[in-house]
Amino acid sequence: MEKGKGRVCSLCNEKRAALKRPKTLEQICRECFYTVFEDEIHRVIVDNQLFKPGERIAIGASGGKDSTVLAYVMSELNRRHNYGLDLFLLSVDEGITGYRDDSLETVKRNEIQYGLPLKVVSYSELYGWTMDEIVKLIGLKNNCTFCGVFRRQALDRGAALLKVDKLVTGHNADDIAETVLLNILRGDIARLSRCTSIITGEDGPIPRCKPFKYTYEKEISFCGCFVLDKQLSNHDDRPRAILDIIKSGEDFRISTSTKMPEQGICERCGYISSQKWCKACVLLEGLNRGLPKLGIGRSRGVRGEINSEHNANMKPANGTKNLQSKQCGSLDF
Amino acid sequence: MACQSGCYKDSSIGPEDSPLVTKKNEAPNDVVDDRRSTQHLDNGICFKCKVNRTIAAANGVGDFNGGDNGRFCADCFRSNLFGKFRLSVTANAMISPSDNVLVAFSGGTCSRVALQFTHEMQSKAQKNYEASRDRALPVFGVGVAFIDEKAISAVSSDDLDRAIEEMKFIVSDLAPPVKQFHVVPTEAIYSLKAGDAKDRLNELINAVSDVTGKEDLLEHFRMLALQKIALENGYTKVLLGTCTSRIACHVLEATVKGRGYSLAADIQYVDARWKIPVVLPLRDCPIHELNMLCRLDSLMTVEVFNGTHAGINGLISSFVKLLQEENPSRESTIMRTAGKLTPFHFNKMPEDNDYNGQVASRRRQKKYNLKTKDALPPESFCPICNSPLKISTFGTSINSDNRKTSSNAIGAACCASCQFQVLPKDPSSLEHFISLLPPPVSQAEYGDRLSQRQLREQIEDCLLSDNEDGT
Repeated sequence: MEKGKGRVCSLCNEKRAALKRPKTLEQICRECFYTVFEDEIHRVIVDNQLFKPGERIAIGASGGKDSTVLAYVMSELNRRHNYGLDLFLLSVDEGITGYRDDSLETVKRNEIQYGLPLKVVSYSELYGWTMDEIVKLIGLKNNCTFCGVFRRQALDRGAALLKVDKLVTGHNADDIAETVLLNILRGDIARLSRCTSIITGEDGPIPRCKPFKYTYEKEISFCGCFVLDKQLSNHDDRPRAILDIIKSGEDFRISTSTKMPEQGICERCGYISSQKWCKACVLLEGLNRGLPKLGIGRSRGVRGEINSEHNANMKPANGTKNLQSKQCGSLDF
Repeated sequence: MACQSGCYKDSSIGPEDSPLVTKKNEAPNDVVDDRRSTQHLDNGICFKCKVNRTIAAANGVGDFNGGDNGRFCADCFRSNLFGKFRLSVTANAMISPSDNVLVAFSGGTCSRVALQFTHEMQSKAQKNYEASRDRALPVFGVGVAFIDEKAISAVSSDDLDRAIEEMKFIVSDLAPPVKQFHVVPTEAIYSLKAGDAKDRLNELINAVSDVTGKEDLLEHFRMLALQKIALENGYTKVLLGTCTSRIACHVLEATVKGRGYSLAADIQYVDARWKIPVVLPLRDCPIHELNMLCRLDSLMTVEVFNGTHAGINGLISSFVKLLQEENPSRESTIMRTAGKLTPFHFNKMPEDNDYNGQVASRRRQKKYNLKTKDALPPESFCPICNSPLKISTFGTSINSDNRKTSSNAIGAACCASCQFQVLPKDPSSLEHFISLLPPPVSQAEYGDRLSQRQLREQIEDCLLSDNEDGT
């Protein structure tokens, strides 16, 4: 075989291979890539029974590559395999000038391109504050806390507004493998046991699922823009590593009695919360009272204060106190 | 000698107890005293005995590891480390008086400390034995094993011979009681003539194309060789110097290799899936503490085969090293996280151990009961690496009758990780590869699980039916 040119796709044996598939290192052509890429996601959806016919599904759309490809694949597979799903795009507008504008444009393009209804929920609409206003108040430090906490809720609230049955997100295999490793490094056995589930929050009002659980980030990039010049070297030695990490995460012998943080409901807004008030309500209260540092960092005292201040009859929070430090929502899809 | 107050079991390893310490150029306390005058720090006092200078202060260096050298004096540090060793030995019933313990010795820090501590424990038992009236409790025996990997490693035989001489010296210096030193080449896992065995081993190793797979297979062979030495020489326990840092690396390595299920088996204090149970008494000791002890006590170590890893293993060890620099307790966090995974039923000392019947020895055991479920499904093991297999992945293919080809059967019998990184992909070379494998040593006497030998025979039947050329 000649070097460089003349390589034939190892799947169809006809066309010229256009890329080395990150997951298997097979040399395949563009058409075959799309076929295997979409078929794999279809298999994941079918094997895990992610959806039932007639369900309303919101696609969390940020405008980035993962969610854009997710929107494309979901609408394509829904059409091709007759899932019978009602698909919606759901975006969050944090109100950051110059940041979301572009990506919201992308989402709006997706709306037209794939014919999916789009719902944009904005921070100002949900919380009465845009991120710009928050940053003006609290400065450049710690504002990620607000953005992260608010966004997590915003997706759920938007999904509730759309009256959907499930929310799908574009978390990919790389994200999940990273979470597995992070949870090992952090010593969080409880999250380690659930971070590989393809559906989370099944007992909650709106379960979330991740059809890209076994899909490599690079392949999503390929599918999105078909850029070949990306560095491939990382996984060249061992393309299976990411899948193996996920497999390990699934196979870990974690006893079912591993204690999970208890989930209650926020007394103010009704969102799931391990505390009297959910994190968003605490942060919001701080903003509205002009005490923006409330609920930031590990200062349990301050947070305990607000919870007890507003709930004089609150139970002593002995048991739940320890859990307060586990607010890192970003590691837990 | 030892610090005066509240020290952790100081009497057990005071320098006068330990014959080896006498060989040192400078006794530990001299180290402290010599340097005291040069020290200006006021707070450099051991936080345990509150008398002596901390190691860091005594050496006039900062607390560079953020760890024990800034907190302990040399004596307290030593007794603390030995305390961890002894706790894991007693709590897990690792060594009973009638045992004959084989210490795996590579020449490196971890196994050097393991050997030293085992020796100290033995000499203390010896002292107790001589002092006791009835002499009811025998003293456990200790042997030392070095696995010579010359056949598969690029080490000149001169260097190796010198290293072995040094190790011999180390071991002989530890007597009494006399410890036998076994030097056994890896190829001894084959019961063949030396030359044939060596060729066979080389052929097998060269057939593995994946660097990581090669390394893992060799590590497995090391264990096989240790088991063989133990079996042939009447040892009842194999003691490894696996430390916290090594386990932390193994946790991540196993995770990345997709061995999440079997991981819990490898990282416990006791691993009795082997014919001779394997114990890991240094599980709670991080490498920097072991290094420190070697430095303090001038324990001689010998570097034979360079410990650098390749492939995934190398990647992980540099990654963990980096993490450790950023957070000194990262390794133990990793180990404790993985420690919460449910262990297997073979991760405790076998109950039907003959010696447990003796009242005298039972009296001494403080067993912490490992929580394992009673009604455990029989375990089956990968024929290549001996890691337990998940029933769901295993049962489906082996128990069903549609074993059409031999490679199917082998593929089904091995763990996914070995399938990928050890077994050749091409069916004909696969058959040849299987024929080169050494005989298994790993018949742990547990329950009614699927016999590994049976499994092998099944496979080999298939092999012969497909391929006339058996070997």
